[in-house]
Order: sequence, then structure tokens, then C-alpha cells
Amino acid sequence: MTDTTLSSAPAAPPARPALDGLRRVGLAAAGLALFILVWEALPRLGLFNPMLLPAPSVIPAAFWAELQSGAWAAAVSASLGHYTIGLAVGSVLGLLGGIATGMSRLAEDMTSWVVRVLRPIPGLAWVPFAIIWFGVSPSAAVFIIAIGVFWIVFFAAHGAIRGVDRDLIEVADAFGFRSGHERLFKILLPAAMPGILVGLRTALGQAWMAVVAAEIFGVPGLGQRMIQASSLLATELVVVYMLTMAALYGLLDTVFVAVQGWVLRWKA
Amino acid sequence: MGAAMESVIDIEGLSLTFTRDGQRNEVLRGLDLSVPRGAFIAIVGSSGVGKSTLLRVLIGLATASSGTVKITPRPGQRQPLALVFQDSRLLPWRSVVDNVAFGLEGGGLSRAERRAKAREALEIVGLSHLADRWPHQLSGGQRQRVSLARALAVEPEVLLMDEPFSALDAITREGLQDELVRIWQLTGKTVLFVTHDIEEATYLADRVVVLAGSPGRVVADQILDAPRPRRRSQSQEPDLVAGIRQHISGETMVDGTGI
Repeated sequence: MTDTTLSSAPAAPPARPALDGLRRVGLAAAGLALFILVWEALPRLGLFNPMLLPAPSVIPAAFWAELQSGAWAAAVSASLGHYTIGLAVGSVLGLLGGIATGMSRLAEDMTSWVVRVLRPIPGLAWVPFAIIWFGVSPSAAVFIIAIGVFWIVFFAAHGAIRGVDRDLIEVADAFGFRSGHERLFKILLPAAMPGILVGLRTALGQAWMAVVAAEIFGVPGLGQRMIQASSLLATELVVVYMLTMAALYGLLDTVFVAVQGWVLRWKA
Repeated sequence: MGAAMESVIDIEGLSLTFTRDGQRNEVLRGLDLSVPRGAFIAIVGSSGVGKSTLLRVLIGLATASSGTVKITPRPGQRQPLALVFQDSRLLPWRSVVDNVAFGLEGGGLSRAERRAKAREALEIVGLSHLADRWPHQLSGGQRQRVSLARALAVEPEVLLMDEPFSALDAITREGLQDELVRIWQLTGKTVLFVTHDIEEATYLADRVVVLAGSPGRVVADQILDAPRPRRRSQSQEPDLVAGIRQHISGETMVDGTGI
């Protein structure tokens, strides 16, 4: 093993950046193709019951049927609604809480035990209360999603604000900007932005998990549709929605990364 | 002559004591200093003698324990003092021109007016061509020029400079020293320049104030009238440099036996 690595290392010429990039895309595509191939082979060769693991080749037809019936669009738009509102509510509240506790010792000290009590409670554990308070309604789903998002953004914002270089705050002081408002908008927020955006991006992914969890108990959307399909053993439909979620997440994450890159264009 | 001697900063009996982790640390005791309008004063001393603390008190980043500081700006002066930090402390998320415009915010100027003023200040330090760069794209010397421009942009009466060139390489430092003298002569600002480098102090200033001891106080106050432009090759006042050196070392070696 060691011999081959040693002898092959000098033989490989240093790849040029463009070729290197092409190679990586090629490898990624090859890996994906292999993954689909193995997936297709497992049920076909009888290693897996096709009822339990649908072959990828049956997915497009299932997707098409779901699209035709209008169920796909309805589920996606309902879930996107829960997702967007839950994400927005959770992010805004998390941001406000994180900034307040990051800026004020008083706020941090006063909330520290409350945070310790509430923080470890998983979003799913709130389902009973969500149903009691909101019924089986979109608001309940939004509530569950918002709770998950809140904590991620809260801690990201708190840590990022707390971590702002004191020297930069002194610059604001030296130029006479000493009110909390001036500090926040001139120094703290822009300086904390990289950390806050990391938190928001994590929340962007985490919220999709919450969507499924929140809809499983009957609020219309992707999650509910998946549970219906699985109880009918329509596993190909479950896969359709898994891929739908992956695609939606991939799309949003790509857009987010582009926006993030623009906002943080000042970074080295 | 009368107007020229009018002082812009009057410090009387300034003392400052920090308490950190229960430890009292007296940094300055009974410091008197009067800064005439338009002067270039260098404050020299070894590290920890309270030079930077003095500037921090003047700009309001530290509070004196006792004593008075009187600042007499010209009428209509919005911000009489501006500080240039040792490390440039540019805000990395702002372009060069917006960094320079920083201190002008909240003064009733529009964004375009602030940028126009910032560009004028960049012109003075010779960096107009870098206005749209990000700070991380600049060299150390350029960053310090931008920092100087940021202070100049608010049109202060006094420039407070806290070892502004100490982190730069020798060639860049000498270039910036000459630049500073030129800007001082051009703008007629008062400069209070803190440094631990005696050569730098005597090359730049027309008055050198030596701080020494612990707590720090003024142990020497010398007028330098060497004509400008000064030569760097050999110090024009070797006796003076030697004298200042003696003041500083005398205080640090044999504690408390200054003048």
C-alpha cells in the first residue's frame, strides 16, 4: 500500500486549476452514477424487496403521476409556506434574543438559566403543546419549525456579537458613536455578520427536518404526504418527496451561499 | 504671536489609576501639559509609562481619576480631536472611502457629501486611487494612511497619534513620517504624537515631552527649533537625544530619581 502511494505520487503531474475543477466535477458525477447504479441493482437482483426499496427507474413515473394529480404542487406549496414563515419567525426572534443577550450582561445573566432549561427540549417534544395551542393547523407546524430555528440563530447571533473585537468598538467610541444603537449598527452587526450568516445557513437546513416532523402529525404538506404514502407502502412516492426536499434545500442553500458571498464580499 | 500661543488642550494634575482583578495600578500622577494650537508635540517614554493612556483620556476612551482636561476647540468645531490608533483598526466590511467617511456619519451630511469629504482626505494622504478597495487588499503602510485620512476627514483641531508607525517597516515608516510633516504643515493641525522612538520624536516634533516613572509623569519638556526640512542622516541635536535618553533610562533604572 505504502509502496504504491509513494511511487504514484511523483508520477501525477500537478493539475492545473481548470482541469482540477473539471476532474472534481467528473468524479462527483461518477460517484452519483455509481450510487444510482447500485441502488437500481439491489431490488432488480432480488437482494431487496422492491416494495421496500423502489428502484430509481420507477421514480420518474411516480413523480409524474403525483405532479399530474396536483398533489405534489399542493404539498410543496403548503410546506414551503410553513418553512418560510417558521424560518422567518424563528430567525427574527433568535436574532433579537441573541443580539440582546450578546450586548447586555444583564440580559444574558437574567436569561441564562431559562435558556438552560428550554434549550435541551427538542422541537418534536413541543408537538403536544403545538396541537393544544394551535390545533392541527399550519400555525402548529410553523411553531415547531420556528422553535428549532430560534435556538440555532439565537446562539449564533449571541456568540458572534459577543465575539466582536473590542478594538473595533473603541473605534466607534473614539469617533463619538457611543449609543447602543450606533454601536449595534455601525460595528456589532456588520462585524458579527459572518457568524450570524453561518447560523442562518445551519437553520436553513435544520428547518427542513422540522418541516417533516411538524407535518407528520397531520398538517398538510410534504411530511404528511410522505406518511400517507408510507402507510400505503407507496415507497416510490416517499422517495419522490425525499428528493423533492433535497432539491428544494439544495436550491435554497445555493441561493443563500450566493447572497452570503455578496454580503461578505469584503472578506479576504 | 498671541493667537499662536493660545492653547487648545490644557491638562492639569491628571492622575489615573486602574483597578484590575483587585490590583490597583497607578498609571499617571499629577500630569500637567498645555498644548498650543498648531504645535507638533511628541510624547516620548518607554512602554507602560502611560503615554497611550494619556491619549485615551483625551479622546474619552479612559476616564481620569482626578485632574482636569480642558479642550478649547474653535467655534463650530464638531469633533475637536481625532485619534489614529497604533494598529490601523479599519472596519474590514467597509471600503476604503467608507472607512474614511466613518467619523462624518450622524453629522447631517448626505452619503454623497460624506464620500466627497472622504475623497478629499484620501487625496491628502495620496490614496485617492485606492478609494474603492477593501482594507484587506491594502499594505500595512496604506492601511495606516487610510487611518490617518479617517482622522483628518472629521477636520479635527488636534490629531492624536498613538505610535502610529511603530508596526511598519523602516522604509515605510520614514515615508509616512515625511508625509505626516507635510500634512501637518499643509493643514496647520495640532499634533500630539506618542512614540517610544526618540529619533522619531526629534525628527518630527517641535517640542518633545518625556514621560517616565511609574506612575508616569513629565520628566522633561524640550523645545526643538531645528529648521525644516530636517535631515535624517544624523540627528541634528545629538545632545538633546542623549539627554532624553538619560531622562528615560534614569527613571527606569533608578526608580523615582528623575528631575
